[in-house]
Amino acid sequence: MQIYYDTQTAELHVRLDGEIDHHSSIPMRAEIDAAIYAHLPHTVILDFSEVSFMDSSGIGLIMGRYKILQPLGCSIILQDPAPHISRILRLAGMERMASIRQSVPKEAIK
Amino acid sequence: MKILNEFKCSFQAQSANEALARAAVSAFLIPADPTAQELADLRTVISEAVTNAIVHGYRGTTGTVAVCLRMLPDRVIYIRVTDKGCGIPDVEKAMEPLYTSAPEEDRAGLGFAIMQTFTDSLHVRSVPGQGTVLTMRRRLGVQNAEESAD
Repeated sequence: MQIYYDTQTAELHVRLDGEIDHHSSIPMRAEIDAAIYAHLPHTVILDFSEVSFMDSSGIGLIMGRYKILQPLGCSIILQDPAPHISRILRLAGMERMASIRQSVPKEAIK
Repeated sequence: MKILNEFKCSFQAQSANEALARAAVSAFLIPADPTAQELADLRTVISEAVTNAIVHGYRGTTGTVAVCLRMLPDRVIYIRVTDKGCGIPDVEKAMEPLYTSAPEEDRAGLGFAIMQTFTDSLHVRSVPGQGTVLTMRRRLGVQNAEESAD
């Protein structure tokens, strides 16, 4: 997992990777929260493009961050989830807490 | 019902073994030629069931989680996950979407909802103090009812 903070846009980019389950979500949660409290970003972008698997632990991870970020007036963007991850996000009603978006493919940018 | 193939394993209730249970399901299903979605669904289902056993069944204590996978006629996959943990006092309540007995651990309370959505049947047998048995079936090659609704 890689995290970087863009000072220009006040966006915290979290590039998640691998499989998100109960086991892997625990260290992810600690690392993301540390970055949130260090930067107090305006937006947190959770990038799912390198995530190959996610169960409801991933939903818990998003909901838990939402509880922290909402009082700070910070929004969450869930970016580039694979189709099977999108289904779980929709099943859990995550669009009520965060916006789900697909980034523009690099080859489409001229 | 005739069992065409069966795989059984048991492992210690440690969260690192959630990935192991998913790997077992993948390996067992490959000869049945599932679609990418069926494979993803059943990997999610086993992950939820095993996580429930570890997080809620044993709650930090040690114990064994047993998994039984069967291939039944008509491409029906049978999954059974057994723990000898604390059991579920109120199964109906536990199955309510968003209900969780561990909110402080960022549990979403969606494990049962996901298991129900991604299988054709889910049966829970639980005795407080003795443990829980989850039994699920999913037929491959047919879109299951809940999914075709979305």
